[in-house]
Amino acid sequence: MLEIKNLQASVVDIEDSEILRGIDLRVNKGEVHAIMGPNGSGKSTLANVLMGRLDYEVTGGDILLEGKSIVDLPPEQRAHLGMFLAFQYPAEIPGVRPWQFLKAALDARADARGEEKMTVRNFSKLFDEKVEAVGINPQLVKRSLNEGFSGGEKKRNEMLQLEILQPSLAILDETDSGLDVDALRIVAEGVNSMRSPDRSFIIVTHYQRLLNYIRPDVVHILVQGKIMKTGGPELALEVEKDGYRNYLPAGATA
Amino acid sequence: MTNQRTISRESDLSGQEYQWGFVTDVETDIAPKGLSEDIVRLISAKKEEPDWLLEWRLKAYRHWLVQYETENEPSWANIDYPKIDYQDIYYYAAPKSSSQAPKSLDDVDPEMLATFEKLGIPLQERAALAGVAVDAVFDSVSVATTMAKQLGELGIIFCSFSDAVKKHPDLVKKYLGSVVPYTDNFFATLNAAVFSDGSFAYIPPGVRCPIELMTYFRINTEGSGQFERTLIVADKGAYVSYLEGCTAPFRKTHQLHAATVELVALDDSEIKYSTIQNWFPGTPEGEGGVYNFVTKRGRADKNAKISWTQVETGSAITWKYPSVILKGDNSVGEFFSVALANNHQQADTGTKMIHIGKNTKSTIVAKGISAGKGNNTYRGQVQIMPGAENATNHTQCDSLLVGDECGAHTVPYIEVRNPTARLEHEASTSKVSDEQLFYLRARGLSEEEAHHMIITGWSRDVIKELPFEFALEASQLLKVSLEGAVG
Amino acid sequence: MTFATVPAAVEKYSTAFEAAETRKNSESPAWLNSTRRQAWATFSELGIPTRRRGNELWKYTNLRPLAEAEFSFGEAGSVSLDALKSNGPWDDSWDTIVVVDGVYSDSLSNLHGTSGLVAGSLASAISSGSGEVERLLSSLAGREEYAFTALNTAFIDDGAYVQIAEDSSLDSPVQVVFVTSGPGHDGDSSRATYPRLLVDAGENSSLTLIETYINLSGSAQLTVPVVEIFAGRGSVVRHHRVQMENEQSFHIGTTRVNQLADSTFSSTTFAVGASIGRNDIHTQLAEPGAECTLRGLYMTGGQQHQDQEISTTHAKPHCSSHQYYKGILSGRSRAVFSGKVVVERDAQKSIADQKDLNLLLSRGAEIDAKPSLEIYADDVKAAHGATAGHVDRNTLFYLQSRGIDEDAAKAMLVRGFAEEMLDDFKPKALRDFVERVTDYRIKILLDESDTIGTA
Repeated sequence: MLEIKNLQASVVDIEDSEILRGIDLRVNKGEVHAIMGPNGSGKSTLANVLMGRLDYEVTGGDILLEGKSIVDLPPEQRAHLGMFLAFQYPAEIPGVRPWQFLKAALDARADARGEEKMTVRNFSKLFDEKVEAVGINPQLVKRSLNEGFSGGEKKRNEMLQLEILQPSLAILDETDSGLDVDALRIVAEGVNSMRSPDRSFIIVTHYQRLLNYIRPDVVHILVQGKIMKTGGPELALEVEKDGYRNYLPAGATA
Repeated sequence: MTNQRTISRESDLSGQEYQWGFVTDVETDIAPKGLSEDIVRLISAKKEEPDWLLEWRLKAYRHWLVQYETENEPSWANIDYPKIDYQDIYYYAAPKSSSQAPKSLDDVDPEMLATFEKLGIPLQERAALAGVAVDAVFDSVSVATTMAKQLGELGIIFCSFSDAVKKHPDLVKKYLGSVVPYTDNFFATLNAAVFSDGSFAYIPPGVRCPIELMTYFRINTEGSGQFERTLIVADKGAYVSYLEGCTAPFRKTHQLHAATVELVALDDSEIKYSTIQNWFPGTPEGEGGVYNFVTKRGRADKNAKISWTQVETGSAITWKYPSVILKGDNSVGEFFSVALANNHQQADTGTKMIHIGKNTKSTIVAKGISAGKGNNTYRGQVQIMPGAENATNHTQCDSLLVGDECGAHTVPYIEVRNPTARLEHEASTSKVSDEQLFYLRARGLSEEEAHHMIITGWSRDVIKELPFEFALEASQLLKVSLEGAVG
Repeated sequence: MTFATVPAAVEKYSTAFEAAETRKNSESPAWLNSTRRQAWATFSELGIPTRRRGNELWKYTNLRPLAEAEFSFGEAGSVSLDALKSNGPWDDSWDTIVVVDGVYSDSLSNLHGTSGLVAGSLASAISSGSGEVERLLSSLAGREEYAFTALNTAFIDDGAYVQIAEDSSLDSPVQVVFVTSGPGHDGDSSRATYPRLLVDAGENSSLTLIETYINLSGSAQLTVPVVEIFAGRGSVVRHHRVQMENEQSFHIGTTRVNQLADSTFSSTTFAVGASIGRNDIHTQLAEPGAECTLRGLYMTGGQQHQDQEISTTHAKPHCSSHQYYKGILSGRSRAVFSGKVVVERDAQKSIADQKDLNLLLSRGAEIDAKPSLEIYADDVKAAHGATAGHVDRNTLFYLQSRGIDEDAAKAMLVRGFAEEMLDDFKPKALRDFVERVTDYRIKILLDESDTIGTA
């Protein structure tokens, strides 16, 4: 599904700002990978670079999706190929309703793939179903996208989009931060229900908490822009107990 | 006295950006260039007008001449343009076929109908289906008014201004110049002298006009000015929603448009007036385009409401301040505006709310979008007169900048002469943020679609005030008008 | 700029200009003579701006009474120190420069030889060629097409000069008092004065400056001051302007400020005097990181007219500006707030806000507010607002229900509205003074009020 080869990236127009220092990663179809790391380790940058955020520049290495390099593709084309990023801080867009936004996103993807667009009626039905499933206040989705949403509401709205867009590769960027236990469970249920042999997940998180609800196949520890260790779910428990100190270079603290 | 000639009609379609840049091939009945008392008399004679109207025009002309000679052309707006040569303009150009006065749509020049087809105006049966009555003004002459018969059964008059002068002279005489007198300002005075046609609507007491009334304006003749005049009267307790659309063909020379609109809302009535202004904005390099100097004002009597909604995407220069005189107690004035200035366009637009009656209320929502080298100025005046007890105003002005070569300006004038008034003015300036763009693109929208979605979302408070079909058109226009400015 | 009519009232000032020129030319350096002559040429062309149609700068302020008034231009009169102390803020510990009728008074000034401070007569600074007077004087005001800076510059003679050395931080404020003594030499006409103040704040210096205008005569005087302030890199200048001339007088003041990188300029105006008073402040944020805060309180009653013409230009990135004014109006008075922020093309990452709040206490009063933004850069945070309102009946009732009598409750509400502006006047003697004047003015304004608690 996804193969990351020696990926290096820095902040655009800032010298010596390398954040990712050679990452290698392989996510097979149907797998759930967790990427864990301390603050500033580069895990959010990795999520954003995978989606093509323009603030970062890939200075080396490659990202292959289904064997094809996507490094030069704009974000929208990555989305058309089935990638999805659940944002840590979703942008507020005044005057644009979630309904309108999601329909436009689905239409754009259908256009790009040469598929038929969903009818308004079918879309409405799907939308209402998912709004209920994700547990978003129906009044909220009549308002402007993310505007005036609480942190938790924004995250639920991201899950709503995930459920509707049904991507083949979903990247969750610290989706668990700022969520109470109920919201966390809803996010986890959403992900678990969507797990399938054709769909992969990358879950970026600082804490092991979310992984109590979503059992990852593989866990990676990312520190200072490099993957220091890869293992099974037990790795997350170890981090929970000992923190990241075992992975930091001598003398550093986390 | 009539001097007819056919002018050359070369269509220049090199500018792909302006989709409505076509010229209709219709023989034109045209008066010689320049402005004089004779021209004013000729216009009046062509229209077979009564003496009182000719006299009114002549008074306006003489007043204008004084203004012109004392250099009283307004200069306070934030716009920059070469001096207009008022002797180099055709003041009268009528499509020739109209001199035979079409009795029905069947009599209308088929090519003209094709023009309206291209514009997407639902004329003919489509008009009826769409529930729209259309009065199409083509180079200042009203071509056809549809659905007049259906409206007639309710006592509603909707016709060209010329027809109204002939058939309803008392109404015209009573209200013409009652809100915008011929002495009002330089351009309104010019309009009063030379206006050729426009729309007239009268809604009788207590009648709610069941359909949207609509006029489509189009300048066709090269070098011609367009000076239409519209008068809408809602009698006591009446309601009407009126739509106005404007386009002009692609021309490398500037065209002057100086229109006047007067609204009279008698006690307990309501007039909703919506405009989509898409005159030719000039080429991306700043050549050509319409100079749009328009005076629009309404008078709201007791408990009456006047609401202006405008989407201004066209014209090289827009100078326009649709206003409401809140004369009656409890009257309400509203102004909702989206103005866009791209490339070399300059817009100086806003409103005036003049509170005279007690408990009068006004709301202003003005959105200005600046892109390319465009300059957009909101200029609005809220005036609270001494007798306007408990008047309230809320003003919200937002500017959006697309690119770093444009300008966004906000110039509110707040004049309060009654201590019980409550006024609030808020303004913000923003740009489309990288976070917003990335968020939308990460969901699959192209950069251009993302811009369009953000900009129309930002304009939504205004666009939602438009009738549904117009709202879609407005959104499309914003998209087309911003092409080249984003991405 | 062309005017259809003859420039107004120029001839009234021309005799005085010619007399002054003959008197001063021999003593003044050549550069100053030439500056004066150029300024006079500008003023003769413009005249007193009486034309309001299409004249945005004077849209709401009618200068015809000023243009029609007659003034004399005599020798400076004399005033007593006690009169100064009781009519304006005063603290013996401050360094105080006193300028009487435009001329520096050595006997009234109270200077302590504070280290890092050069303060005194502008005329001596010019003749001694000290500091950078030649380079700075009239570089911000007097060369543009503006009638009143031209008029002042044409008559530059004396005034005050304040210079703070680099890295100097003054603990105590510097006050400049401009006082008009009384009628001119012929005894029966009003006097015109053109006070001038030049402030040069060196790199990383810090200064609190109090600028006070008082009028010890009961008749109509014309004061046309021009203040130029140069805020060096990293400097901090806290400016207070106390304008309280009598209600027959005309005060048309201009302040021009140039701010270099990372400088901070804050100014609070207290405007209560004059028949027609105008406070025109412009700050130029000339280098990155500069910040200015312009605030003020204006109170008008009777037939007074107060005009705040406040503008800031963001010329470079990463600057911020804040304009915040409050007005209390009563009687048949009129106040104008015209705020303007220009953000130039280069000035990305600018932050600008602008606010004007007004309290109208009577039916005859009028407020005209024009808070405008002119923006040419796209990465800008700008917001502005203006409101007009009156004392709320419900709030008044609330206070009364707690046992406060009506008059006291009204005064409390109006005073509460003014409070945050008064808080800006930090030096204690200054704060005490503006507080005293405010309370006194509020009483008068409430007497002229007819609307509190009626709506």
